[in-house]
Amino acid sequence: MAKKESTLLSMFLALFLVTLISAIILGFVYEFTKDAIAASRAAKQTEALKKVLPPFNNNPVQEMYKKAVDGDTLYFFPAREDSVLVGIAVNTFSPKGFSGMIRIMVGFLPDGTIKDVAVLEHKETPGLGEKMVRSKSNWSVQFQGKNPKTYRLAVKKDGGDVDAITASTISSRAFCDALERAYKNLTEGGAK
Amino acid sequence: MNQWKNFNKGLIAENAIFVQVLGMCPTLGTTTSAYNGLGMGLATTFVLVMSNIVVSLVRNYIPDKVRIPSFIVIIASFVTVVELTMQAYLPSLFEELGLFIPLIVVNCLVLGRAEAFASKNTVWSSTLDGLGMGLGFTLALFMLGSVREILGSGAWLGMKFIRGDGMLIFVLAPGAFLALAYLIAIMNKFNRKNA
Repeated sequence: MAKKESTLLSMFLALFLVTLISAIILGFVYEFTKDAIAASRAAKQTEALKKVLPPFNNNPVQEMYKKAVDGDTLYFFPAREDSVLVGIAVNTFSPKGFSGMIRIMVGFLPDGTIKDVAVLEHKETPGLGEKMVRSKSNWSVQFQGKNPKTYRLAVKKDGGDVDAITASTISSRAFCDALERAYKNLTEGGAK
Repeated sequence: MNQWKNFNKGLIAENAIFVQVLGMCPTLGTTTSAYNGLGMGLATTFVLVMSNIVVSLVRNYIPDKVRIPSFIVIIASFVTVVELTMQAYLPSLFEELGLFIPLIVVNCLVLGRAEAFASKNTVWSSTLDGLGMGLGFTLALFMLGSVREILGSGAWLGMKFIRGDGMLIFVLAPGAFLALAYLIAIMNKFNRKNA
């Protein structure tokens, strides 16, 4: 079969049809995967909530409230057991990571003590800053049971109480920055 | 016999990475572990096979002057399909590969095969060509990822066999270049012996 001539009409038609068909296919795939993507995001969030909060039996996602600070948003998830507040999880962030934004879920008990932390998103260096993630190292265990009222959320180099990850001071600083932001806004917001 | 060659050549003789040195961006960026290399390789293989099939199907209906934009749209569509599917069903792998999945669109290997092979050959030959090239690419990424994971983290496919850290430089960017250079050198020696 001979190649099609490159006339204005044939070029127009070819590109139009190619893009039209692609758009239709992508529309279908998007519809098909939409629910699964939302479900996997929600599952990740719930999993993180369970990890950083004491046992609860309400749905913290329903009671979620937001607060816009420093050019981004903090999300607060109050956890209750039989309608008594047992803790608040904060989805916090720091733009100061070694390679951009870090998002962390941190759970506070009602008195402000950190119950636990879980990293949601990060782009830190594999093998170095990446150690902030619990599955890679136990570094973040040091925050458990610490109350930022007396515990200074800064690395030791900056006069704080946090042991930085070896060779990843910037990542560790960003981690502290995120926790500090969560704590400050939680206490300021009068949530307790 | 000829069809076998279409498939076979991509594996070693014209291997996308070791011989043609195409698609270096995902190669160096994603091979921090064997699993990531494998995932990236298979995603690219899928896009390569599908775009080769479609391009060879429509090759006689696309006017020459708009063929490159048409090929890019076709490739981009398949990449988006992979991206959405992976996000839905393999969220952890998607997180690791993240940025590099959309970048398959501009992987010169994919457009290169569409332009150099699929636009001039039959559907069947193009399918085999895409499959061979893709598997060769996957094999290379898997080897590179394995070397970097073993030396850099002291683990293979996530199974740790040393205490502590490995030679961290192999997980970082310079290690990618080092490991790739040695693998290419070894492949060259091996290929010449066969010739």
